[in-house]
Amino acid sequence: MMNRRRFLVLTAATLAAPRLGAAADEMQAAIRKLTGGAPLNPGRVTLELPPLSENGHVVPMRVAVASPMTQADHVRAIHVFTEKNPQPNVAGFRLGPRAGRAVVQTRVRLADTQSVIAIAEMSDGSFWSASAHVVVTLAACLEELPGS
Amino acid sequence: MSSARISMPSQARRGEVIEVRTIVSHQMETGFRRTERGTAIARDIIQLFVCTYNGVEVFRAELHPAIAANPYIAFSTVATESGTLEFRWSGDNGFALTETATLQVA
Repeated sequence: MMNRRRFLVLTAATLAAPRLGAAADEMQAAIRKLTGGAPLNPGRVTLELPPLSENGHVVPMRVAVASPMTQADHVRAIHVFTEKNPQPNVAGFRLGPRAGRAVVQTRVRLADTQSVIAIAEMSDGSFWSASAHVVVTLAACLEELPGS
Repeated sequence: MSSARISMPSQARRGEVIEVRTIVSHQMETGFRRTERGTAIARDIIQLFVCTYNGVEVFRAELHPAIAANPYIAFSTVATESGTLEFRWSGDNGFALTETATLQVA
């Protein structure tokens, strides 16, 4: 018997669940592609995001990496990924000793309540990471354009 | 028309780390949205931002649809010598915009 509730549950299960699961796998795949399987060390990276965001369209984000930023020891790049956006990549920043400080800021879109991960790629080839969980009350990406 | 704004000091001491803040007007259409009639809306984003300092690249950002509309990017650079910082944004549908700022280093 297909009542309304059962229909909704089934629809949600078939539409949402595989999609979100795939997105988390896609994030892992994107990270593996970046690191080439090298270990992700926890630490050195600070990822600042609001714990609660009312508007997923514009979420301020700051990433800082503890590094002397010298020729011999610096951050080569900072990569940011999300778990549940339609696409795992958010941004990639290339910097070097001329940055002076390994700090970048931008504003991101989050399609859902989810975890964001920032990965720093160091000049010695090591990878360091930090993640943050953001509760999003108004998600980005879901609205339609009226009348078009 | 697209426009960009740069916020950074005009003067700095040699070796000082300065913060550069940039914002560019652009809708950053994700490519994941549909109209009410179900037609997919094509992606139209800025894909790349590059900053050069007297012709040498010092910073670059690769952007994806998860960057909010009117991309704001802030970063830092060491004031090495007086000169010009050039900022270039490029993306889908041939989008290209260049802005410059000058820096006096004492």
